[in-house]
Amino acid sequence: MSGITADDAMAEAPQERQGDSYLTAETGLASWLLTTDHKRVALLYAAALTAFFFIGGAAAVLIRLELFTPASDLVSAEGYNRLFTLHGLVMVWFFLVPAIPNTLGNFLLPLMIGARDLAFPRLNLFSWYLFMGAGLLLLAALLLGGVDTGWTFYTPFSTGYAHSNVLLAALAVVLVGFSSVATGVNMLATVHLLRAPGMGWFRLPLLVWSIYGTALVMVLATPVLAAALLLVVAERAFGLPIFDPRQGGDPLLFQHLFWFYSHPAVYIMILPAFGVVSEIVPCFARRRIFGYTFMVYAILMIALLGFLVWGHHMFVSGQSLYASLVFSFLSFVIAVPSAIKVFNWSFTLYRGQISFQAPMLYALGFIGLFTLGGLTGLVLASVPVNRHVTDTYYVVAHFHFIMVGGAVTALYGGLHFWWPKITGRMPPDGWARFAAVLMFFGFSFTFFPMFVMGFLGMPRRYASYPPEFQVWHVLASAGAVLLAAAYLLPMGYLAWSLVRGRRAGDDPWNATGLEWRTASPPPRDNFRVPPIVEEAAYLYHPRHEGPRHEEQEPHRDQGGGT
Amino acid sequence: MSGDVAAALREPWDSLRRQREAAEFGVWIFLGSEALLFAGLLLAFAVNRTLHPAGFAASGRETDIVFGTVNTLVLLTSSLAMAVGSEAARAGLRRLALRALATVLLLGLTFLVLKGFEWAKDLREQLWPGAGFRLAEPGARLFFGLYWTMTALHALHLAGGLAVVGWLSWQGWRGTRPLGSPAFQVAALYWHLVDVVWILLYPLLYLGGRA
Ligand SMILES: [Cu+2]
Repeated sequence: MSGITADDAMAEAPQERQGDSYLTAETGLASWLLTTDHKRVALLYAAALTAFFFIGGAAAVLIRLELFTPASDLVSAEGYNRLFTLHGLVMVWFFLVPAIPNTLGNFLLPLMIGARDLAFPRLNLFSWYLFMGAGLLLLAALLLGGVDTGWTFYTPFSTGYAHSNVLLAALAVVLVGFSSVATGVNMLATVHLLRAPGMGWFRLPLLVWSIYGTALVMVLATPVLAAALLLVVAERAFGLPIFDPRQGGDPLLFQHLFWFYSHPAVYIMILPAFGVVSEIVPCFARRRIFGYTFMVYAILMIALLGFLVWGHHMFVSGQSLYASLVFSFLSFVIAVPSAIKVFNWSFTLYRGQISFQAPMLYALGFIGLFTLGGLTGLVLASVPVNRHVTDTYYVVAHFHFIMVGGAVTALYGGLHFWWPKITGRMPPDGWARFAAVLMFFGFSFTFFPMFVMGFLGMPRRYASYPPEFQVWHVLASAGAVLLAAAYLLPMGYLAWSLVRGRRAGDDPWNATGLEWRTASPPPRDNFRVPPIVEEAAYLYHPRHEGPRHEEQEPHRDQGGGT
Repeated sequence: MSGDVAAALREPWDSLRRQREAAEFGVWIFLGSEALLFAGLLLAFAVNRTLHPAGFAASGRETDIVFGTVNTLVLLTSSLAMAVGSEAARAGLRRLALRALATVLLLGLTFLVLKGFEWAKDLREQLWPGAGFRLAEPGARLFFGLYWTMTALHALHLAGGLAVVGWLSWQGWRGTRPLGSPAFQVAALYWHLVDVVWILLYPLLYLGGRA
């Protein structure tokens, strides 16, 4: 393998730094719980998200265990409803939505644009407390017996019929939405007003752009979800008729409001993943990103078009066929910018000097899984096929390919890529590569069979099923064992690396972003000398030449102007 | 004033001008978000109004137009006072700023008290769309479902605004927050949004069916 290794980087950057890192600048529990340092808040979020990932993951394990046999033997049908609702609520709002923006994004955004902190550091901490408050509400709802509406809270079931803690769960989601809005406002203001001198809009790394797009969607979509859920609360708790068809209300109105948020929410989950992959791929291909400007416009296009396709969740709801056709068409259109991104990552690899270190393996896995998830999205976007596979495992497989195969894989990739920056220690590369490969195969074994059984007619959200589907369910459950191992393994060796891992240099991967121009881990104020930017992002090789293949290219850091 | 500027300056900003720009930018984004929150409710209102025009017109005649109109005037005046207060704070006119903010608090409280009386009257007149609801027209229950939800959510926002303005006035009065702090302009922008929401609610809830 001709690629660079962390050892080379180590030799170049001997680590003798004066002054404290952000981790040691202050000590004590209060210095963490009252911190306004965006890097520490990122770690607070990471801790909370890890806990929720375990809770949501435990529910997934129970679901896969139940589905191992056709009969509903482990849990009752009622208990099964509560299990998948728990899994959905926790994973969507308490893990996937904040996963990358609030951990990696929180940590990296100021570093990548050369700022000392986010625009509103106290608001950042406040949003974490909101998140924790919402999390406690949700846990209360679960401990008091759970929720059985599914994560979608469809009326009139949620308002009139469900005998479970719908109110607590809905309020938890409203509250976590406010935390999302606070984060979005903060990140938008940061990108607009705190860029370092010379850091023009089209010099921003793509992770910054994708978080910018995500923040826009968060700020504009989340309040509509809050409105929809507040109306559910009004109807359920106070008996105020809003959606109730017996009083002339329209339950579909809820679906429109809900999906007006929840389709864009998919982009809240996947756009940051695009950003992470756009950082990793050029670094390990030693190539400039192909088509930077198009990548930026693709992000903005996705953020915009994401607001115009919600009706594809309602093809069988009885909405007008003409509306369905328009939503179908727009859903095809939104595949174009996503495809542009996939093609541009592929072109970045073309003639690159690729090295298959762990972050790169994750990124490549992401590209494969996301592409499959995206293509099956097109299948679902076509109205006649959608009729056939609506509410089947085909849909389950599709969105798990995007949100788990895509977003979670990218999260793990980003975690490995920036681990040295966050902690100052290298992840053990052998183990990390093994985990990356295991994650790809574990994921594929778990979710690919769902396409097949979904197409054959296996409906979602049932605890029992006809025996002819068992072979696919057994495959999926067996794959889930591998997948769980692949998710747990990094938690083990990353924790190990905190103590025993090799110390990382400032720039262990020879990457270009501003975040690599400061110590690992960075000091409290991020940069000892405020950076000045005179170059575009991703200067891995001179502009009009590809990288030479024999020796490693000298590259220029983005902040090389100082 | 330079001590004042230093006291108002916060991390991670190097200049108060930039910090103020960020605070106002941030609050505009937040107001956009709030606008979409109410837009969701207004959409629900619009849909049901289209489905049940007669019931909505009949219900619009039942709300109390006197309370509604007086409250509209109270809120508009409070917005004027808020604008004066925020500009006076920016100009460093301490006495005027504090008086204007006190007026805002007074008018805001007046709005809530009047709203409380109005709600009590609505309840007496059996306009709560539960058991014993007075109107029979189809859609009237939906109108009042939305009436209670929207006025309650608006009142909550107003109460939040009162808390913020009260807190800032107290800090300004005690001298713990310099008048140069961008927080005064931020609070003013939020107050105006609460006002604008009411200006949308007023014709929908009080004037419909009365033309
Ligand atoms: Cu969708």
